[in-house]
Amino acid sequence: MENEKKHILLVDDDIDFLIQTKTQLKVHGFEITTAESLQEAEEMLKKFRPDLAILDLMMEHSDAGFALAYHIKKKDESIPVILVTAVASETGLEFDVATNEERSWVKADAFLAKPIRFEQLLAEIKKYLKD
Amino acid sequence: MEKLRTLVVDDELGMCLGIKKALRNYTMMLPGMEDEFGFDVDMAESAETALEKITENRPDILLLDYKLPSMSGLELLEKITVKDAEMVTIMITAFASLETAVTAVKRGAFDFLAKPFEPAELRATIKKAAESLLYARQLRKLALEKHQVRFQFISVLGHELKSPLNAVEGYLNLMDSRVGGDRVDDYQEMIARSLIRIQGMRKLILDLLDLTRIESGQKKREMQKVVLQDIVRKSMETVLPDARKRAITLDLQAAEPIEFYCDPSEVEIVMNNLISNAVKYNRDSGRVDINLGRRDGEISIAVKDTGVGLSKEETARLFQEFVRIKNSKTRNILGSGLGLSIVKKIVQLYDGTVDVKSAENVGSEFTVYLKNAA
Repeated sequence: MENEKKHILLVDDDIDFLIQTKTQLKVHGFEITTAESLQEAEEMLKKFRPDLAILDLMMEHSDAGFALAYHIKKKDESIPVILVTAVASETGLEFDVATNEERSWVKADAFLAKPIRFEQLLAEIKKYLKD
Repeated sequence: MEKLRTLVVDDELGMCLGIKKALRNYTMMLPGMEDEFGFDVDMAESAETALEKITENRPDILLLDYKLPSMSGLELLEKITVKDAEMVTIMITAFASLETAVTAVKRGAFDFLAKPFEPAELRATIKKAAESLLYARQLRKLALEKHQVRFQFISVLGHELKSPLNAVEGYLNLMDSRVGGDRVDDYQEMIARSLIRIQGMRKLILDLLDLTRIESGQKKREMQKVVLQDIVRKSMETVLPDARKRAITLDLQAAEPIEFYCDPSEVEIVMNNLISNAVKYNRDSGRVDINLGRRDGEISIAVKDTGVGLSKEETARLFQEFVRIKNSKTRNILGSGLGLSIVKKIVQLYDGTVDVKSAENVGSEFTVYLKNAA
């Protein structure tokens, strides 16, 4: 069905980021399911197949986002995954999914560094959900 | 064994070789340092060679003859700039006048050896110089570490202060653009979260002021004899409204009135932190049991809750600054991440200790042991 709402899984341990992003994405016509932890997200994934996933890299474990991205891609390679992280600005670590080689182990389609402008996030989402 | 690189600058080859021989098998120990120190001796027979060697690879110790063919030892000293704790210089001289001594010290010489000297004299002088050098290095290292800890603290603090501002700003922007609807009620969750973040920020600032006051030692300590129960009851009263809301029972047990010599405001901060944590991290309808007692000249205060508890890994990180145990169970709990750092600092003022026993989803027990303030 053409008009069916795209369903996005949004995972972050920052409740304020979840509430704010969810509110804004809903305005743009997406259906949003949120999870606050790796475990909660895994539970959600048993119940539905998201059209796209937005994951925070650093949750209870420093690489929880990576692990989750890996699981999602293993389950269904076609689900676009956007990793969101404050890591770059806080620790000086830089990640990008520029090369194919990196893409093969990072298992994410895009990286966005916090603080994220909503327009930027929306542009990324539209890029992966255009059809 | 660490070797201290030693350069002997003397135009008399005999002197160079003599010094080399005297230090070859000489080792020394320093109190407070584990390693033994030895000496690696290199020689230079002219000021020019010496300058080259010093520039290329700076020695730890420089033994410098006052009288050299092309320039004096003092002139040579003037040509090299020595950073603090980098190198120590001993002047060797046959005609030590007070004037030479003063000039040499001004240019950074540490000590003198008057020709002729015995190997034992040389070793004693070298030992003194090495000690001063190594202690200076250790001090510098400590200062650097302290500086780095401070820097880290400030950068984390900046982040901790910025994060609630970002959250509240985000909510206000959303309200401003009316994305959630036109009624105030549509924004109830955003308003509630904003208030929580603002309260959290206030708590952080208040804790920060407490911590600064304790650390700077500026706060005048007012020591007096108190009955511990009185302080504990006061702390219990401050958390009572929050405890009632969530049907948490607070109970104080002590076999006898416990007299304690302290600054009551300090003990109050400790009690406020422990008891408010025990309520905050408790489950609804839980219990907080406070037990006061004595143990070999110390008093003990145990605060036990029936809350979320801590894993072993979480317990280990507990007393670090800004560590807040973050999980879904704790997300709506206000905390600055400084409370237990403050407790620990105050406990140290009483030569005391803090014990933590905890089991996940069962509860935690914090026990503080304090000695009467001297």
